[in-house]
Amino acid sequence: MTIQTRSHAGYLDPILVKHQHNPNNLLQILIEAQQHYGHIHTDAIAHLSEQLQFPRSKIEGVVGFYSFLYLKPQGEYRVLFSDNITDRMLGNMDLMERMCAQLWVESGKVSEDGLLSINTTSCTGMCDQGPALLVNNIAINHLSPERVNAISELIRERVPVSSWPAEFFAIQDNIRRKDILLDSHFQPGSALSVLFRSGAQRGLDEIKASRLRGRGGAGFSTGMKWEFCRDAVGDAHYVVCNADEGEPGTFKDRVLLNGYADMVFEGMTACARIIGAKKGFLYLRGEYVYLREHLQAVLQRRRQQSLLGQCILGNDDFSFDIEIHLGAGAYICGEESALIESLEGKRGTPRNRPPFPVTNGYLDQPTVVNNVETFAAASLILLNDGAWYAGIGTATSSGTKILSVSGDCQRPGLYEYPFGVTVAEVLEDCGARNTQAVQISGPSGMCISQAEFGRRIAFDDIPTAGAFMIFDQRRDMFEVARNFVRFFAHESCGFCTPCRVGTSLLSNMMDKLANGHGSPYDFSEIEKLNVILQSTSHCGLGHSACNPVLDTIKKFRSAYEKRMIHEDFVPAFDLDFALTQARQMTGRDDSSAHLERLNEPR
Amino acid sequence: MNVPEMTEPEINVKPKLRVATTSLAGCFGCHMSFLDIDERLFDLLELVEFDRSPLTDIKHCGPCDIGIIEGGVCNAENVHVLREFRANCKILIAIGACAINGGLPAQRNHLPLSIVLEEVYHAQHGLVDGFIPNDPELPLPLDKVHPIHEVVQVDYFIPGCPPSGDAIWKVLTDLLAGREPELGHGLIHYD
Amino acid sequence: MNPDKQTFTLDGKTIPFCNGQTIIQAAMDAGEYIPHLCFNPEFKPHGSCKLCTVKADGRTTASCTQFAQDGMVVESNTKEINDERRVLLQMLFVEGNHFCPSCEKSGNCQLQATAYELNMMSPHFDQFFPDRPLDASHPEYFLDLNRCILCSLCVRASRDVDGKNVFALSGRGIKSHVIVNAQSGQLGDTDFAGDDKAAQVCPVGVILKKRVGFSVPIGKRSFDEQPISATPHPVVKEA
Repeated sequence: MTIQTRSHAGYLDPILVKHQHNPNNLLQILIEAQQHYGHIHTDAIAHLSEQLQFPRSKIEGVVGFYSFLYLKPQGEYRVLFSDNITDRMLGNMDLMERMCAQLWVESGKVSEDGLLSINTTSCTGMCDQGPALLVNNIAINHLSPERVNAISELIRERVPVSSWPAEFFAIQDNIRRKDILLDSHFQPGSALSVLFRSGAQRGLDEIKASRLRGRGGAGFSTGMKWEFCRDAVGDAHYVVCNADEGEPGTFKDRVLLNGYADMVFEGMTACARIIGAKKGFLYLRGEYVYLREHLQAVLQRRRQQSLLGQCILGNDDFSFDIEIHLGAGAYICGEESALIESLEGKRGTPRNRPPFPVTNGYLDQPTVVNNVETFAAASLILLNDGAWYAGIGTATSSGTKILSVSGDCQRPGLYEYPFGVTVAEVLEDCGARNTQAVQISGPSGMCISQAEFGRRIAFDDIPTAGAFMIFDQRRDMFEVARNFVRFFAHESCGFCTPCRVGTSLLSNMMDKLANGHGSPYDFSEIEKLNVILQSTSHCGLGHSACNPVLDTIKKFRSAYEKRMIHEDFVPAFDLDFALTQARQMTGRDDSSAHLERLNEPR
Repeated sequence: MNVPEMTEPEINVKPKLRVATTSLAGCFGCHMSFLDIDERLFDLLELVEFDRSPLTDIKHCGPCDIGIIEGGVCNAENVHVLREFRANCKILIAIGACAINGGLPAQRNHLPLSIVLEEVYHAQHGLVDGFIPNDPELPLPLDKVHPIHEVVQVDYFIPGCPPSGDAIWKVLTDLLAGREPELGHGLIHYD
Repeated sequence: MNPDKQTFTLDGKTIPFCNGQTIIQAAMDAGEYIPHLCFNPEFKPHGSCKLCTVKADGRTTASCTQFAQDGMVVESNTKEINDERRVLLQMLFVEGNHFCPSCEKSGNCQLQATAYELNMMSPHFDQFFPDRPLDASHPEYFLDLNRCILCSLCVRASRDVDGKNVFALSGRGIKSHVIVNAQSGQLGDTDFAGDDKAAQVCPVGVILKKRVGFSVPIGKRSFDEQPISATPHPVVKEA
């Protein structure tokens, strides 16, 4: 074991040095450590535990929490098919089966020779160019049978992923409609120069005057958040940009970080100036790791331009820098307090609130956590002024909102609109035909039916973090809801009873309906679960886990009626199927070796 | 107010309720506990008559008011019996831990059925040329043992392993009196 | 405001509290029972089991983490809230493998006693029947994770009181589970000891001392004698 430990030291020690042997960087250390074997070797955990003087139980606990960290060996090629409903609509399941058949592997398992594993993963944020997959965490989009054939061949030939054709990894921005933000031609340093001229208080006043509200969906006043944080007492203040864009159907932050990173980083820097922070973090979801190199380059350039680092733009009293932290496959880390836990290298469990991050955030210090788009908008506001921004949009919702449009339409991609745009206008612009429904703000948002297409995108009508998934008349809205419910069950952190158990129960109930065992009894059960999840869950994930089902039951009842095929209760499992193993073992197939179905579908 | 017309005096003898009982994958301990209501059995027999039950040896259940099921569902025959009870009984009561959560028999559920059968009929020490019985008379085991409410809808539950005679008496007398059955401290237990 | 005079009402009864006390802490000091499992008055409130859910000024919240406020109106022992608590208990029962008749903790188990208190007659949902390990590697204690309800009291006790981190949570969602601090994954290979606080805090029958099972006869166990609502906390007899 000593020898093995020493062999792990070879690659682990430089990682540990890079992260200052700081357990707060545990998640980052583990992500990098995993590069070596494709999983975290048990002896590697022993070495990390010893070197960090940190209990191995906690390290294993962290590895066990994140979908992209593994305690057991995975395939040399780790293929994960994005499994959002939009990927399903584009045929991802057939493509996955195709690859499994071509490479002789069962999904969810590692091939016998250890060459590969194929599985599904939550939405990878490529809905406008799906179906998508990740191979060893790198995104490949526009999957087609031909592309799958080619990937299978590359894997079979053991071609390193770095040598695969570059076009596989091309990712489009697909910006379809630009408004003030996407069309701003922002010059790095321009907003900071204004801020330094006018002073931090004036800057904050402008943000407040703009009535900017958080773009992550909750819509808290950005100016107030910054002010609370500035006024909170602490040893240090922190700025955190939430780029853990995990809400299925959302991909605007990916585009902003790709093409507008300066605006985002400048917004963070301005925030730091206003609240008095020296350090900021960009928490980048693991699925977007391909953006890291580009973002590091932008940060490096900004340091050279004196827009980051010591004495920014010659201000002796202002130093600030930004570190990129990666996520590792956990939707819940988009919740700000879970994100902070994750930044601290822990399991991403939402904290008890209050206290809120503005007073007790990263390392228990005052912390601003804002969405990528919020920081970009803040740059724009500082560059112009608050009143100008407040004049755009509606009374409750100033400015513009970037929508991630996907699903059944001709032109999926990003659409920036002033708040107040109607659903119908968006549908018209993106070329959606025969639209049955739109899921706005992802599974945790709202499902809008045709009768409501006149409603507006705004905090007082349809609030959204950006996702806009379109379903035309061909789509089965029950299957849409079932996909979302499965997502919540997979992503529940497991902290509180109602969400941990309730999301799985709900997913099982939806499967029961899908498998032809549904009756009115199951409907009352779903409604009962909804009540308990909404009222007793620890955080928003549990509160909203039933939304997709409730919305679709209400608005697309026929999709459920089809599944309510029995008048009376039937078991969730097939009784005759439950005898299969016994029949095989005994070689029996006589009539009493079977159980007939009761309550045949009406 | 009008004086009501004279009517026939009401005959104060209600028809007796029909009760059926059975044990599925159970140990008959709940039935033994049922007998622990002792001399109150005579009071009970004033109010009920038994249909299918180990007490009567009637083999099939006819229309009943109350069906009491002990034991979980572990094989095909259990399913048939349970369905017969559900079809015939207005009120179905699950009695005891096995009927309610699978109980002791369900502790095989973490093992695949194949392992269980192999162990019992092939692998165990002393079995020479063992084979898995395949007589059509024998009910086939299900891959898992289920509480009865996973197979049919159940109206009331009397937990315990077994529930005490007092608990059983309480639930039955509550039901006979038209009350919602309730077990308080001391009567409700799971062991 | 005189901090000594601060009060809230719990189901109509006036409960005094000090600054920084949560609802359940003040209620417990006043001898009032609010159902709970992950809360233990010796530890910082955790807020995960949600059994202590109450309505505070009309808003549903966990009473272990919700700070008491002067004049607050708290509802706890109502049909609506108890119905919700019963569903939470049923979730805990189907999530694990809770076979009370064969459990040494039966009669002294807070999960079971709380279920009695709330008249839980059945687990209602379909059982998950998970495959969970039993660890008998330690000479004095065994670990039966079939019964774990993920309250994390052992994790907190070992970390905060014993300074050992013998226990931790791993996995996520329905796959969350307790692990121990040993490369072998065995309790016997940790520095766990019988006089650890972590050995005393499990509200269910996961962490149990060997060779003392069933020593208290039925009828004499903690919750045979009186319901959990009348049992001062945390006086739970050894199994």
